[in-house]
Amino acid sequence: MGKAFGVVLIIITLVSTAVFIFHDFHGISLWLPVDASAHGHRVDHQLMETMYGSGLLFVLSQIMLGLFVWQASDRPEGWKYKIFPGGAKPMVISAILLVGIEILTLSFVGSKVWADIYLTPAAPEALPIDVQAGQFAFYFRYAGADGKFGALHAEKIDEGSGNFFGLDPRNDVAARDDVVVASLVIPVNRPILLTLHSKDVIHSFYVRELRIHQDIVPGLMIPLHFTATQTGRFEIVCTQLCGLGHYQMKAYLEVKTQEEFDKWLKDQEAAQ
Amino acid sequence: MSQVDITAESGHAGLMEDSPYGIPSGKLAMWCFVISDAVTFSAVLFAYGYLRIGSPDWSTPFQFSPTILNGIGMTFILLSSSLTMLAAVEAVKAGRKSAGFGWLCATALLGALFAALHLVEWGRMIDEGWRLFQNPLGGSVHFGAAFFSITGLHLLHVVGGVCALAVIAVGYRRGGYNSIDVEVAGIYWHFVDLVWMFVFPLVYLMNVQ
Amino acid sequence: MSEAAHQHAEPTGFIRKYIFSVDHKVIGLQYIGLGIVAVVLGMILSWLMRLHLGWSTLAIPGLEKLSPAGAPGNVMTPEYYLSLMTMHGTLMVFFVLTNVPFAGFGNYFLPIQVGAPDMAFPRMNMMSFWVTFTAFLVLIAAFFVPGGPPLSGWTAYAPLSAVGQDAGPGEGWGQTLWALSIAIFCVAQLLGALNFIATTLDLRTKGMSLARMPFSTWAWFITSVIGLLAFAVLLPACVLLILDRTAGTSFFIPGGLVISDRLQAHTGGSPLLWQHLFWFFGHPEVYIAILPAIGIVSHILPAFLRRPLLGPRVLISCLAAIGFLSYMVWGHHMFVSGMNPFSAILFSVPTLVITIPATIATLLWIGSVYGARIRFTCASLFCLGFISVFISGGISGFFLAQPSIDTYLHATYFVVAHFHFVMGVAAIFGMFAGIYFWLPKMVGRMMNETLGKIHFWFTFVGVYCIFMPMHYLGLAGNVRRYAAFTDDYLAPLIPVHQFITIAALITGAAQFIFLFNLVWSRFRGPKATENPWQATSLEWSTTSPPPFDNFGGRQLVVHQEPYLYGVEGSAGDYVMQTSPETVEAR
Ligand code: HEM
Ligand SMILES: [Cu+2]
Ligand SMILES: [Cu+2]
Repeated sequence: MGKAFGVVLIIITLVSTAVFIFHDFHGISLWLPVDASAHGHRVDHQLMETMYGSGLLFVLSQIMLGLFVWQASDRPEGWKYKIFPGGAKPMVISAILLVGIEILTLSFVGSKVWADIYLTPAAPEALPIDVQAGQFAFYFRYAGADGKFGALHAEKIDEGSGNFFGLDPRNDVAARDDVVVASLVIPVNRPILLTLHSKDVIHSFYVRELRIHQDIVPGLMIPLHFTATQTGRFEIVCTQLCGLGHYQMKAYLEVKTQEEFDKWLKDQEAAQ
Repeated sequence: MSQVDITAESGHAGLMEDSPYGIPSGKLAMWCFVISDAVTFSAVLFAYGYLRIGSPDWSTPFQFSPTILNGIGMTFILLSSSLTMLAAVEAVKAGRKSAGFGWLCATALLGALFAALHLVEWGRMIDEGWRLFQNPLGGSVHFGAAFFSITGLHLLHVVGGVCALAVIAVGYRRGGYNSIDVEVAGIYWHFVDLVWMFVFPLVYLMNVQ
Repeated sequence: MSEAAHQHAEPTGFIRKYIFSVDHKVIGLQYIGLGIVAVVLGMILSWLMRLHLGWSTLAIPGLEKLSPAGAPGNVMTPEYYLSLMTMHGTLMVFFVLTNVPFAGFGNYFLPIQVGAPDMAFPRMNMMSFWVTFTAFLVLIAAFFVPGGPPLSGWTAYAPLSAVGQDAGPGEGWGQTLWALSIAIFCVAQLLGALNFIATTLDLRTKGMSLARMPFSTWAWFITSVIGLLAFAVLLPACVLLILDRTAGTSFFIPGGLVISDRLQAHTGGSPLLWQHLFWFFGHPEVYIAILPAIGIVSHILPAFLRRPLLGPRVLISCLAAIGFLSYMVWGHHMFVSGMNPFSAILFSVPTLVITIPATIATLLWIGSVYGARIRFTCASLFCLGFISVFISGGISGFFLAQPSIDTYLHATYFVVAHFHFVMGVAAIFGMFAGIYFWLPKMVGRMMNETLGKIHFWFTFVGVYCIFMPMHYLGLAGNVRRYAAFTDDYLAPLIPVHQFITIAALITGAAQFIFLFNLVWSRFRGPKATENPWQATSLEWSTTSPPPFDNFGGRQLVVHQEPYLYGVEGSAGDYVMQTSPETVEAR
């Protein structure tokens, strides 16, 4: 029984680890998509560090367990148990030292990564875009030619007539030229500053390729800034349970070159 | 707290390990309950603080007369009831049955008086238009919600305590309860009193005009 | 202690003996029974969910009968998926993981392990069970109310859970019942915790010093202390949620919400307030689920390794440290919630620090396995399996504890894998170990070892097949709480989900081997002796099952440390705690 346990455990460990390492199977990629943001490589780097450290811990401890159990099955009746060299002390010390050092570095480096993304303000030249989330869609708003966003009025929100933000163009000059669209279109390599808010329940704004993730909480205006470094079309998905349509709540992020973006924005302004 | 269960006296007659605190189980359980209940009150008070900080239009409606005066009266009554409770415990420990019974009744009566004054206070506020969800002054609706839920939770403790004291007083005279039960009730009652010492400043004094 | 509490005579009527019993042993079995009902229900729900995730248009025969609105044409609607998910999570966390390893085994064995004739407050004990049972009925009632069960998950985030009917099906009556059920459950747990604490501290028999208490007793004790403080916060939180839903308050609901095209009347509340209150309870809750299992496994292992564990004092300190730290880390569930990003760092550090006592405990177990001659029984196999799944679940904690990485992994299947391994599967393994180990004591019959071993192998390999791939899905960015994977990015991952579903069905089916074994052994198993495992703690110093007052009128006296295995004793290679002989330490 002990041998079987050891073998099964070691097989499980090796297969589990192998899938982490090879992660590409006939078009099914079981790994993060390629990073397309300015800060993403630091997140990935931090993730890889953790992967090596804790992966080693995982493999070592499982194999140790498997081996000890394997050994334990051959022993004769009347066996006198042996104590691990040094007893409990080396375990306590090595756990404190190894894990201690590991978590110290992780939290030191990791906190810096986090701080640089979430605790530094956006660059002043960042392009401001306003995001409204609601059951079960995202809408995006650009300030238009005047560079000013119109004020939001909850009582004016009306999905039927397309007033997703609750603008009041009749009385509010700034709102008249606001561009409202259902996809987030941004220029590449330019800092973007989103202001996230929700009209109903909590949603979340998650773009895998950009390594950004932020809940959108009703009642709060949450800033989020990033810079995309590759053009392309990516999914924005909602990750916070928001009701029956949650699984379908998504929008697209289109990263264009600056010229394409300018042209797109001009077209939109003309169309609205 | 159930009755027979707490008849445990101190002293294990050599059959048991000593309790690390050397107190009977009933008291220990009451102390634990008090700790847990204190956490409950803290959670509600935390919610109150959290919402208050987040509400720029917080209302501070109370005037010295009648609300604060009334509150001071209530505080005084509750403090006195703690004193009568102490007297009850002393009497009971000394085995003076009728004195113990008298002090317990006095405590329960003072508690009932506190509750009555509190309800009058509630009635006045409800007449002014305060509700759990409504602020007649037009400011944050959380005032009513916080006021009624925090004082309501406390009032529930007072009313529950008064009932328990009454039961214990009668039971004690008839011999169904002993001095430990009275002491356990005392712990609870002092705790209810102590909570009021937080509720009064936080909910009343901090909301004076 | 002059024990009026313990003088009560053994009741004779069926109702007082088996239904409204004050005997902690009967109450323990009642908790375990309720837990088994809940786990079977929760598992069936998980099958339905898994089937839907693998084949989202699949018709499941009979489902329409169960819920005409939830599964028209036998195909589950997305909202019904979410409802089942919510009920699955709630049943598993509250009614299985809290009820069985903690309330169930704790009730049965804590008094016996300290040598007491019953709990400190037997009637309050009976009340806590029946209050728990009421909570269970209220939760189940949510299946049958208009709108069906709630769909906002076991975390019930406001405002989705707070605004009522407008937020979607299940958010009417169903959600109110959910909040009510949990509030009732909190009351029961508070009563239970008081009882456990008083019993442990006050009713220990002569010689049972704190240092001589078994690991399981320590774990139940520490868990009670955690529960005393954690449920005390969830209780008012649920009451405030009910007020928001029924009395028009706005604790958790901000102003200006437009839901289902209606402007809501609430103003000024905070959704993050609910999250703070919920997770202040929620993180300690996961330790309430796992600490008793840790205690049970540490208690059982020595009996089959035939040696004491390494560093027993260290292990108990680790449990206490984990309990203590559990109150400082709730924010790690809220890294991307919109709270101040600075506090993310403050919550991340203590979270990572918890890995130190957890690692020490793991190494102590592994180190104890070294050099032993193991008796392989179902109980010991599940203990060894526990160590393995606890490692697997703990490792992913390193990732999720760091806000910078959690930004990517939050709300993906990586999280689902993490908590199922470390809390779900690990605690369930502890439960299985406990049942295989203690059933002979509880019902006086041995379980069938062969069936048990078949059950073990299916379960052990099965849980790895189910939950390991969820890590990969999470890394690929597969969002959780999705009823189906329709978009271009997730659709290619469906084969992995299908694999998981098949694994879950097979593993689930294997659980019926266990149920069969349980029922069969209860009636047909070979009679158990007083001490079938040659174990040392007090529960093995009495008959199987123990008499009404646990020791048949004897007052035991404890002379020994709890785990004297691998020594020369008069009974063999072990010395019972009650044995007065002198043993030389090794
Ligand atoms: C029979 C084995 C089990 C299977 C196949 C299973 C499967 C699942 C699935 C598919 C989900 C939904 C994931 C999502 O959409 O986010 C889920 C959620 C969950 N499960 Fe399990 N589960 C099992 C056992 C358990 C156990 C033993 C526990 C006890 C801790 C548990 C606790 C939970 C919780 C708390 C959730 C989250 C519910 C929510 O999001 O509100 N599960 N499970
Ligand atoms: Cu959503
Ligand atoms: Cu947590």
